[in-house]
Amino acid sequence: MAVKINVTGEVVTAYLTGELDHHTAKEMREAVDNAVELNMPSLLVLDFSGISFMDSSGIGLVMGRYRNLQKTGAALHISGASPTIYKVLKLAGIEKLAKLEGDKQNG
Amino acid sequence: MVKNSFCMNFLSRSANEGFSRAVVSAFASQLDPTLEEINDIKTAVSEAVTNCIVHAYGDDGGKIYISAELYEDNTIKIKIRDKGKGIENVSQAMEPLFTTVGGERAGLGFAVMMSFMDSVKVRSTIGKGTSITMIKKLRHRFSVNG
Ligand SMILES: Nc1ncnc2c1ncn2[C@@H]1O[C@H](COP(=O)(O)OP(=O)(O)OP(=O)(O)O)[C@@H](O)[C@H]1O
Ligand SMILES: [Mg+2]
Repeated sequence: MAVKINVTGEVVTAYLTGELDHHTAKEMREAVDNAVELNMPSLLVLDFSGISFMDSSGIGLVMGRYRNLQKTGAALHISGASPTIYKVLKLAGIEKLAKLEGDKQNG
Repeated sequence: MVKNSFCMNFLSRSANEGFSRAVVSAFASQLDPTLEEINDIKTAVSEAVTNCIVHAYGDDGGKIYISAELYEDNTIKIKIRDKGKGIENVSQAMEPLFTTVGGERAGLGFAVMMSFMDSVKVRSTIGKGTSITMIKKLRHRFSVNG
């Protein structure tokens, strides 16, 4: 499985692993969306620490989840983004949609 | 002067996205690139190949052609070509956030290619296909300014 889900109270954390491209995005998206539908969290955390490669399909994944969460007013955070992942996310101005936890912010 | 070159073609299948960027990055590693440079090349190739699969061919399928050349001055030139539907308005397609599919696509593929490579040239003919030529000069690892 490319996604591990952890639910703690109203927080759903999705640990994404492997390479995130157009080929793998669909399975990851479905796993995240299922967990969100099932648990109705007030906060979704997408954890990228297990992602070794990401292209703009990853931006699409983040933006798509952000749009979905807006319907219920839930927040979106991103954690564990390596400098290479951050380099791609930055192009989309993702920090305006999702709070970046850890690394970049505190480091 | 050309130091080395390769070309290959493969079917328009999403499983080949990872395969093709791995091949190009393995080839580029002859120039002793930094990890960041290798990742830039991988990401740009992934964008161009994915566009062939998603936009050029869609469900029809077809072949994707990649060729690359390494030059004495530590430059790599990568050409990615399809014989798919072509792009109607290239300059519009290259604008950040422009996409003809929406939904799960951000419209940032060209923006990624342009920011990760030194130059990106697009030639496209409706009904004939599209070719993307990308160039990147790698820094000399052992230069004084390193
Ligand atoms: N090889 C191609 N053949 C036909 N159309 C293409 C091709 N490459 C790109 N396009 C067109 O250009 C548009 C912009 O491409 P770009 O890669 O920037 O964004 P995207 O693929 O739509 O989204 P993203 O790359 O962020 O997932 C596409 O939506 C598509 O209409
Ligand atoms: Mg694209």
